Amino acid sequence: MRLSYPSNVKIIQVPCTGRVDILHLLKAIEDGADGVYVAGCLEGECHFIDGNLKAKRKVLYVKKTLEEIGLEPERVEMFNLSAGEGPRFAEIAREMVQRIKELGPSPVNMKKAA
Amino acid sequence: MIVADRKSLNEILDMIKDLKNILIIGCKGCVTVCNVGGSKEVGILASILKIARKKEGHPLEVDEKILERQCDPEYIEQIKDQVEDYEAVISMACGVGPQFLSERYPGCRFFPALNTTFFGGAVQHGIWEERCAGCGTCVIHYFEGMCPIARCSKSLLNGPCGGSAGGKCEISKDVDCIWDMIVRKKMEQGRLDDLLEFMPAKDWTTSRDGGPRKSVREELVQ
Repeated sequence: MRLSYPSNVKIIQVPCTGRVDILHLLKAIEDGADGVYVAGCLEGECHFIDGNLKAKRKVLYVKKTLEEIGLEPERVEMFNLSAGEGPRFAEIAREMVQRIKELGPSPVNMKKAA
Repeated sequence: MIVADRKSLNEILDMIKDLKNILIIGCKGCVTVCNVGGSKEVGILASILKIARKKEGHPLEVDEKILERQCDPEYIEQIKDQVEDYEAVISMACGVGPQFLSERYPGCRFFPALNTTFFGGAVQHGIWEERCAGCGTCVIHYFEGMCPIARCSKSLLNGPCGGSAGGKCEISKDVDCIWDMIVRKKMEQGRLDDLLEFMPAKDWTTSRDGGPRKSVREELVQ
């Protein structure tokens, strides 16, 4: 489809979003990512039964944790779309990049730069 | 197993607010089984603390370590060469861990990351319930395998009380009345008459009322 999406989105492939761990998301933030999102299959359509629902709970945990230490929970998000929805994938990438731009750089990075 | 919950992040951050390098020690015993102090939880806490401190512009160095158990001297001994490299150590074990650590290494500072809550088990993945109060004199054989000391809000030995309604305890709709369950099971098994027998007041000296407890097994003492 040759769809374009923002080049600052770095994709890390996993066999199923059920493989995504709380630590993967936290390490991304810790190492300076301004935001991180998980793109999983539609709810109820996980090939491995409930991998995307497990990922959803982990994303929620990370959001709550970030909020507890005063970081915007919006920097972490879970999206659901099917493998056939290429245009939606590009749209989500643009949506997330726009959201992070509005939030500004992660305070974790700003202090490092200062 | 011993069940615990992690302290709030702000409480933990406050304990270490002036420190620059710490060690977090997990435990492979009970707290690993109840998913609060094992290697994964140590990694998560280390990452969160680093994020929080980077954000404040006051970075923290955190190392991670997991011990087989923190309630046995032989495992506590394993950190003797590294414990003094840190300004403080956070223990992710039950309340026994930080105490055994500070007894062995009196020159170091130890902080608890967990609130130890009760003796219990997992009723489903992610949910643990209290089953034992560690009173020192087990009486569950009188009550069809259910403990009114740990599971009745009033620890009644001659229940139920007037606060039992619809199988629930008056303190919360989420708390089952254990006396309702005991009576039902006695009825099902045709032994309701057992409950006509009065249970005298329990001797609480084997519990906390007798002061700190100690168990000595002479055949093992060297």
